[in-house]
Amino acid sequence: MSDLSHGPRHVFARQARDGAMRVAIWAAAAALFACAAWVMLDVVLRGAAGLDWSFLVDEPARAGRAGGIGPILVSTGLILAVAIAAAAPLGLATAIFLAEFLPAGSRFAAWTSLSLDVLAGIPSIVFGLFGNAFFSIWLGMGFSILSGGLTLACMILPLLIRTAEHGLRMVPGEWRHGAAALGMSRFSSVWRIVLPAAGPAVTAGLLLGLGRATAETAALVFTSGYVDRMPSSLLDSGRALSVHIYDLAMNVAGGDRNAYASALVLLLFLIVVNGIAMSFSDYLLRKRIAA
Amino acid sequence: MRISSLFPRTRDGHIAFGLGAVSCLASGILLLILVFVFGEAWPALRTIGVLRFLSDTAWYPTDNAFGLAPMLAASFALAAGALILAAPVGVAAAIFRLYYAPAWLKTPYRGLVLLLAGTPSVVLGLWGLMVLVPLIARLEPPGASLIAGILVLALMIVPTVAITAEAALESVPRSCWAAANALGLGREAALLNVVLPAAREGVAGGILLAGARALGETMVVLMITGNIVRMPDGLFAPVRALTSNIALEMAYATGDHRASLFVSGLALTLLVFLLSFAARTGRRMRYV
Amino acid sequence: MTIGPEDEAAGGGGAGYTVGPMLAGPECCTPEPVIRVNGLAVSYAGVPALKHVDLDIYKGCVTALIGPSGCGKSTFLSSLNRLTDLVAGCRVAGRIEVDGVDIHGPDVDVQALRRKVGMIFQKPNPFPLSIHRNLDMPLREHGVRNRDERESRIRTALSDVGLWDEVADRLDEPALSLSGGQQQRLCIARALVLQPSILLMDEPCSALDPLSAETVEDMIAGLRGRYTVVVVTHNLAQARRIANFAAFFWVRDRAGALIEFDTCQRLFEAPAHDLTAAYVTGRSG
Repeated sequence: MSDLSHGPRHVFARQARDGAMRVAIWAAAAALFACAAWVMLDVVLRGAAGLDWSFLVDEPARAGRAGGIGPILVSTGLILAVAIAAAAPLGLATAIFLAEFLPAGSRFAAWTSLSLDVLAGIPSIVFGLFGNAFFSIWLGMGFSILSGGLTLACMILPLLIRTAEHGLRMVPGEWRHGAAALGMSRFSSVWRIVLPAAGPAVTAGLLLGLGRATAETAALVFTSGYVDRMPSSLLDSGRALSVHIYDLAMNVAGGDRNAYASALVLLLFLIVVNGIAMSFSDYLLRKRIAA
Repeated sequence: MRISSLFPRTRDGHIAFGLGAVSCLASGILLLILVFVFGEAWPALRTIGVLRFLSDTAWYPTDNAFGLAPMLAASFALAAGALILAAPVGVAAAIFRLYYAPAWLKTPYRGLVLLLAGTPSVVLGLWGLMVLVPLIARLEPPGASLIAGILVLALMIVPTVAITAEAALESVPRSCWAAANALGLGREAALLNVVLPAAREGVAGGILLAGARALGETMVVLMITGNIVRMPDGLFAPVRALTSNIALEMAYATGDHRASLFVSGLALTLLVFLLSFAARTGRRMRYV
Repeated sequence: MTIGPEDEAAGGGGAGYTVGPMLAGPECCTPEPVIRVNGLAVSYAGVPALKHVDLDIYKGCVTALIGPSGCGKSTFLSSLNRLTDLVAGCRVAGRIEVDGVDIHGPDVDVQALRRKVGMIFQKPNPFPLSIHRNLDMPLREHGVRNRDERESRIRTALSDVGLWDEVADRLDEPALSLSGGQQQRLCIARALVLQPSILLMDEPCSALDPLSAETVEDMIAGLRGRYTVVVVTHNLAQARRIANFAAFFWVRDRAGALIEFDTCQRLFEAPAHDLTAAYVTGRSG
């Protein structure tokens, strides 16, 4: 019977529309793929050309055109260490308080959650302004690794709290009830049972925060400074890797070779960090499904 | 909930109190930031006045001209342009990965999008400066321009749109698809008429979040937009965004000039907040 | 001309069938098959779900598919409108003819098939759109350009399911704001608005509260004569109430199979097969 076969005019119009939509979707997806691949390949190829072991340990020479990034890697490491050392305990403590000790729906929890969300939305350059005004000037740290690290700590705090709190809430309530039934104090049950169980989630969150901090540039330019020598203390000014890339690209003629090499180092580091963070999340997901 | 009942005089109570104090510190950081930024901005707000920041025609802070308008316009143009490109491409990429990509392509595609999402903005700026700007300069000098900024910003925020859109689309219940198919609607018809409208809120939220990111971005625009303060009067014209301005002038600004930079920082924060609130509270759109 | 129980012994045959003395209704149909299924076998990823089904569905009648869970009733239903095409790894063998046309033939437009053979699911699934758009959108998609035509079809469909009086003044409200029973009737109206000739229903009342279930059931019974309806149901009493014909499925050789097919009355009161007898009297399944 003809009413089951192709034919009527509206079918052609419909097929034309469907075909056009399909083409548009494939085209857009391909365009995105191509652009992303272009950027990655460019950085990898140009960066690899300038990357070797001596690059990683040498001091920069001739304003960074030559030499390596040894002291810069040290500075970056110190800045990140300060950031994590400051943000992790603060974030974890807050997450534990919010998830374990506060009654659900309390006003303090709502206020904290709101202020963290707002904090997370502040543009990074404004963090730079704040860091400069508060840490560098008001607290007198000047342009220093300490100042930069603490500014970054403020930036990544919302992320750390959110992921840790989420991880803690994911721990099944039955375990807490079991601990309480055994007469364990709230603190003991959290310390010995809930926190270890939420370990992978908390670690994933820490790694994500680390990645976020490493990629940050604008907040560091006016807090940790520009000096590219090996730092001798936390109060010394130090240049982070991302700032180094910026400087070589914009202010140093002929600095692009080393800029690309530094960019490749940064990218590889972030791939590793984010990759580990994601595999922790995957592991968590599988545990949740299996358990 | 009385404070005293939260912190009984037990070991648990003492620990809870300690944790609570620390939490106050965490939630107080926002207040600290607002106080300091506002405090630094206050001298400029008092002596120059909010109105002049908008009505002055040019930005020569050492010469007592504090017009933010050209830079505000540039920031808007950059963010809007980036969104116009990134929103459709991001949503299309999400639809592609969920419903059109062959099975072997799904994971690598998501991997590339995540890689792009994790790329630092300074690296994207580097690529823009070294590759894109010379290409544009061949079309029309100088190369470092509004369009360069728009293109790289779009590339930067597409992953945000794609990832949130994908989550929103996946959360549309399977029963919607089943019903649509049973009614004789093909894949495209079901997407257009049922699934996309159902996922509308999540997708819109992702787009607004991406817009907030674009507005607040510093490094990309600093490196490839030319940094000349003027009203954007063409796609190939160099412009300076509010964020770049702060980054460029903070190094040597003093007194009222420095305070005016803090004012522009406040303005930026306010704009980003408005966008983010729109995204988060996302008024329930009427089901049409 | 109807056949009552006293004629059973003399053998059936004739122009009409009714359900049984409890529910002597109007003459419903002539036994003219509108769907012919021959040797249907369905497997999912190599695992057989349904083996060798031969069945004719009669025009204008309500056919109930009964049997315990897992014996292929829903699979059978899905193969009638080729919804099985959308399940990965699903293979359909055998021949299914709707109105004399092999639905797996090369010339068949699947979208048109699904317009003609409508489906209602167990859990009501109206689109997250307004009531009006739920009904209007499928019409537009299937090429009904004329606005008045669409409006009149919508009104007819809503009246057929008994919803018109209830929603006429709030057509722009979200469909999801309706009650469960109303949503299910809306889904039926949504299928009806495309003017199908056949309706497939997969346990349409099982997710509803008893009151709504009754309303929907009455509505289905009222479709007799005008539409061909195939209903999967676990509720034997419901089958007796609304169906003209019944097909009994069971699991055999670890796949679903059709055991017996007959008029509803005969299947329940004088089944030919022992399994059927055991099932309908509640002794097994």
